[in-house]
Amino acid sequence: MHPFVYEQPTDISAAVAIASRFTTNDDQPTRANAQFIAGGTNLADYMKLGVAEPNRLLDLNRLADPGLRQIRVTDNGIRFGALVRMGEAADHAEVKRRYPVIADSLRLAASGQIRNMASLAGNILQRTRCEYFRETSWHCNKRVPGSGCAAMEGFNRQHAVLGASDACIATYHGDFAQALIALDAVVHAEGSRGSRKLPFAKLHRQPGDTPYIETDLAADEIVSAIEVPAIPWARRSLYLKIRDRESYAFALASAAIALDLDGDNVREARIALGGVATVPWRARAAEEALQSKKLDEASAGVAADAAFAEAQPRQHNAFKIELGKRTLVRALLEARDMEV
Amino acid sequence: MAGSVSAAATAPLLASHARAEAPSAAQPKLRQPAVTSLRINRQAYELSLDTRTSLLDALRDHVGLTGTKKGCDHGQCGACTVLVDGKRVLSCLSFAVMNDGKDITTVEGLASSDGKLHPMQQAFIDHDAFQCGYCTPGQILSAIGCVNEGHAESEDDIREYMSGNICRCAAYPNIVAAVLQARDQMKGA
Ligand SMILES: Cc1cc2nc3c(=O)[nH]c(=O)nc-3n(C[C@H](O)[C@H](O)[C@H](O)COP(=O)(O)OP(=O)(O)OC[C@H]3O[C@@H](n4cnc5c(N)ncnc54)[C@H](O)[C@@H]3O)c2cc1C
Ligand code: SF4
Ligand code: FES
Ligand code: FES
Repeated sequence: MHPFVYEQPTDISAAVAIASRFTTNDDQPTRANAQFIAGGTNLADYMKLGVAEPNRLLDLNRLADPGLRQIRVTDNGIRFGALVRMGEAADHAEVKRRYPVIADSLRLAASGQIRNMASLAGNILQRTRCEYFRETSWHCNKRVPGSGCAAMEGFNRQHAVLGASDACIATYHGDFAQALIALDAVVHAEGSRGSRKLPFAKLHRQPGDTPYIETDLAADEIVSAIEVPAIPWARRSLYLKIRDRESYAFALASAAIALDLDGDNVREARIALGGVATVPWRARAAEEALQSKKLDEASAGVAADAAFAEAQPRQHNAFKIELGKRTLVRALLEARDMEV
Repeated sequence: MAGSVSAAATAPLLASHARAEAPSAAQPKLRQPAVTSLRINRQAYELSLDTRTSLLDALRDHVGLTGTKKGCDHGQCGACTVLVDGKRVLSCLSFAVMNDGKDITTVEGLASSDGKLHPMQQAFIDHDAFQCGYCTPGQILSAIGCVNEGHAESEDDIREYMSGNICRCAAYPNIVAAVLQARDQMKGA
């Protein structure tokens, strides 16, 4: 592993100051000299593999602001501190009651040990598990810009069918992000150019011809909180995750659903898809297809077709289109039938 | 074995003045060892470590507690599970320096000083919950965490919340039985 200097700043402005001293505005967070670490479950793994090589690690766990570790429920919604651990949020009674989709997405992710370590901010910023990205002897445009993409003609069974480009077809692997994008969450970030809020939908970038640019964050920006607006009808929400084994595996296809129903008719549907796309994927076309419709198997099928209309399969991942559609149909019908 | 490990004998100790000389938290340098204080199984250790050392390697290679196993070294098998401040975590994905000041429990620290096994250890023996035993320390620590978190209420729960521990001998049914037994004893305790 590349050697690194380890620092434990105790307030956000100090952490930002160190980061901006060792990075420039053009640095991508994932390629910067100085990088933040929270649970370490993603970054330490990639440092061991030689995929990430920061010279300086800024441990966020000694930051003093208690808000970073709190889940606050107010009339405006729920505010998750960046350092709240996945397990804590998954088990939080009010999160489970008000936003089952959030609790489900966290509970079905990783393992008990990892959920105790992993922070919510780290979770949304986790990097792809594309096998060719993980193994440094392969060509990968995300790891080494311009080097090529071994997955295009390789074994691309787990890769994305939505949002892919000629440069990169890596899947975004997290689960929580699907719940957040469906619920119009907002991310709070603090950097040397001040504080800002950005809509969750603006956080991740599709690969295009710059797959190494993964988010809209600057290298010295720290995510401090994630806010989910109050959505009373989000009690009718769930996360359905389909994978190769029953537990402790990433999604092959998943769906985050929240429904506002008037009887069986859809007043508003929120739909996001995981396991099939390069970024957390809001399926707006599917939402529109359901607007004011009676939700049944037929209309759910139409919505699923709309969600995958633009899908672009490669040799081994074409099955994800059908799997993704069926996952979405099942999730919609299960959400409709929830007792709330 | 655990009983014979003493901090003074095994821990690479750093003279106490080195700490004073290094108000250097402000200006750390590359390849400068980091002083890390850990409380492992109720005993204090002060280690001088390369920042790259994982908590797993610190336990095994620097302290000599080899009960914690290295399976994948990448967070995928659970063999390296330990309790940090009472919570189960993966020691392979945690840098030791990040655990400065923390309280660590490994499988060597579970039995009481008179040698009486922890209910979870006894339950694993009672139910034949291992074959080769390689995954067992991690399984036991994870099972204790699972019970303490309140996620051992049903067999399905136990299977789900123990899924981060892989057993290549497939002792799973007996592990579930062991967790059920120890759960009730731990609650009684
Ligand atoms: C075997 C295994 C299985 C897994 N399965 C799943 C799964 O099924 N579903 C799932 O969703 N995830 C899964 N994960 C991924 C896991 O959830 C993530 O690794 C974890 O959530 C990352 O959080 P962390 O705090 O450990 O992040 P770290 O590793 O500490 O950081 C990750 C990235 O985020 C940056 N970062 C962290 N905090 C901040 C902040 N506050 N501001 C700015 N940048 C920050 C870091 O610089 C780094 O680039 C799995 C992981 C493993 C190892
Ligand atoms: S799919 Fe993306 S991450 Fe995977 S090898 Fe190709 S460029 Fe790299
Ligand atoms: S050695 Fe840590 S999870 Fe496998
Ligand atoms: S008993 Fe052999 S690996 Fe579990």
